[in-house]
Amino acid sequence: MSSSFTDRLLGRVRLGGLLAIAAPILAIVFAGIVTSIILLLNGNEPFKTLGLLLDFSATPRTQVMILNTATTYYISALAVAIGFRMNLFNIGVDGQYRLAALIAAAVGGALTLPAPLHVAAIMLVAVVIGGLWAAIAAVLKATRGVSEVISTIMLNAIATGFGAWLLTPERLAVPVAGSNNIGTKPIGPSGQFPGLSLIPGTTTKVYGMVIVAIVLGVAYYVLLNRTRFGFDLRATGRSESAAVASGVNVKKMVVLTMILSGAVAGMVGIPQLLGASYSYSLDFPPGLGFTGIAIALMGRNNPIGIGVGALLWSFLDNSNDILDFNGIPKEIVIIMQGTIVLSVIIAYELVHRYRSVAEQRRVSRQLSAGTPAPAEGAAA
Amino acid sequence: MLRNHASKLAATTAVSAMLMAVAACGGSGGSGTDTATPGASSASSAAAPAGAKVGLAYDIGGRGDQSFNDAAAAGLEKAKAELKLADTKELEAGAGETGAQKEQRLRLLAQSQYNPVIAVGFAYSEAIKKVAAEFPDTKFAIIDDAAQGPNISNLVFAENEGSFLVGAAAALKTKKDHIGFVGGVQVPLIKKFEVGFTKGAQAVKPDIKIDVKYLTQPPDFGGFNDPAKGKTAAQGMYDAGADVVYQAAGGSGGGVFEAAKSSKTLAIGVDSDQALTADASVRDVIMTSMLKKVDVAVFDFLKSFADGTVKAGPTTYDLKAGGVDFSTTGGQVDDIKNKLDEYKQKIISGEIKVPTE
Repeated sequence: MSSSFTDRLLGRVRLGGLLAIAAPILAIVFAGIVTSIILLLNGNEPFKTLGLLLDFSATPRTQVMILNTATTYYISALAVAIGFRMNLFNIGVDGQYRLAALIAAAVGGALTLPAPLHVAAIMLVAVVIGGLWAAIAAVLKATRGVSEVISTIMLNAIATGFGAWLLTPERLAVPVAGSNNIGTKPIGPSGQFPGLSLIPGTTTKVYGMVIVAIVLGVAYYVLLNRTRFGFDLRATGRSESAAVASGVNVKKMVVLTMILSGAVAGMVGIPQLLGASYSYSLDFPPGLGFTGIAIALMGRNNPIGIGVGALLWSFLDNSNDILDFNGIPKEIVIIMQGTIVLSVIIAYELVHRYRSVAEQRRVSRQLSAGTPAPAEGAAA
Repeated sequence: MLRNHASKLAATTAVSAMLMAVAACGGSGGSGTDTATPGASSASSAAAPAGAKVGLAYDIGGRGDQSFNDAAAAGLEKAKAELKLADTKELEAGAGETGAQKEQRLRLLAQSQYNPVIAVGFAYSEAIKKVAAEFPDTKFAIIDDAAQGPNISNLVFAENEGSFLVGAAAALKTKKDHIGFVGGVQVPLIKKFEVGFTKGAQAVKPDIKIDVKYLTQPPDFGGFNDPAKGKTAAQGMYDAGADVVYQAAGGSGGGVFEAAKSSKTLAIGVDSDQALTADASVRDVIMTSMLKKVDVAVFDFLKSFADGTVKAGPTTYDLKAGGVDFSTTGGQVDDIKNKLDEYKQKIISGEIKVPTE
């Protein structure tokens, strides 16, 4: 029953029974306490603050926005989680999606195709660019042993510079009339993905891409748990030497997993691009890749857990204006988000330690009582 | 060991229960008179019901940048004092926002009966178009952008003209014929500052050497709020021989001034009269500032609202209108003021045309 901290951190060790419920409850309680203390220190009332957030998020339009933002966060966290399951830390999701969205937007703006083909073409470009950008880090790691953490962070910076170079009027951008903004040529109606009127009481539509995000979540689960590739991926993540011994080509797995992670990362900007802005301009949302890392940790790389995490994160991001409005610093929300991630990690670690200590005690009790430990004791 | 764990767990639980109780007391005790509805917590006196309820939405950075956003805040403060506003509400953007979240911020202000609503910065361009259409009876204003609508006033500036004057000032003051420009983020807006500055310097000394450096590139807007980056960039220019550096970098400008201070050279401020607003220890290195009178624009707009004379569409604050200018605080440009005024008149009369890109 020896598992490394990383294994537990990335959710590769499962908890069973009551303990599986104890960890998230402990995390919520712990996060609640820390946030309450900070709010009290600032002279604000925790329950009133929470009430404000909940009231505001109950309005139909805010609900649509929570769903929309969560869609983006979900895809980003999935991209990160694919790498995490194999001990690959793809910190470069941010650069991958920004570059992918920029080039996909430019291609989409230049093309005119029948509707389904147009959308498919834009998505294909985004996936290919995201995968290619991640492939640089993958090849560096597989051939030269360069840590993907370092290379993907550096590639983020390069993607920023490269993107800024592309997004100029001499290249991919057109000035937005009369504005200080600048963006790619807007994508025509055939390339726009229709929204869904899911929530009554508002004309704002939920991104149609929410369906794509759910499909990606299911695909993630099936790929990891029901395919040979997924087994190899998880096995490599657990123990590289054991994987090699059982015939897994680790270098190939590194390259494939990284490219897959990058390809999914390429999709991160698509809901915003095809559902709202139809153009990549200076105000295209940055930083989604880093949000994805936190949510993947919070959701413990589990497709459902990530979904819950994305919704929670999005709820906090979309309802914090009401705090500012009532004179409570909205930065409290960032503290909440950080605390939640931290408490999830700490809570699971505590519960794991509690379980292993309890198990050791039971085994030693049985040994001292003179009876051999039953075989199923070790399998839990 | 387990006992140890268990007792710790028990202690934690007890503490948390107590905290929750405290929190609950705080909640019920304080909310007796205070309701949680939007707009309930009015920031200023409610004694003047006739005055306007003004909503202001900043982009990232908000109050405290000693520069652009603070200038807008200053205009609001002045209006608060002179126009007896009923209430003001200032909201700030978060990092990594989508346009939809900016819309939501403006909508929150508008639907809580804030009127007029002012958006600070071009990032609100798309958002204000949509929200203004939803609230036809509310007056909106946006700074630095030409978003059109029947109830949108655009407060736009001729930054290139003001920058031309400080460029000329830098060229007149430099002893090594070598000056520098530090831009916050490489966007078209800041490019206007750079172009004006370059043209102004070249008008005085056609062969002058001008170093240009932008701190970050979009979508990373951190360059407007990173004094350390500003300091490094400016230090590089001073080390390379420049002796006057103009910064158009918002909150990063403080670093430029520090670099000027430590290398005993000069710097030029931006937006506000930074010889008055910057940290006291570096004020003496700021020979002049390019004034972009966002405060005047905000105040004028609020005044026109109070008078019922709001006009939709662009109001351009250029040299002619006194919307941009150079500052003389500290007396460091007194010796060249006549020359600068000469250029000013030529721009106003149209004899010199300052390009924007």
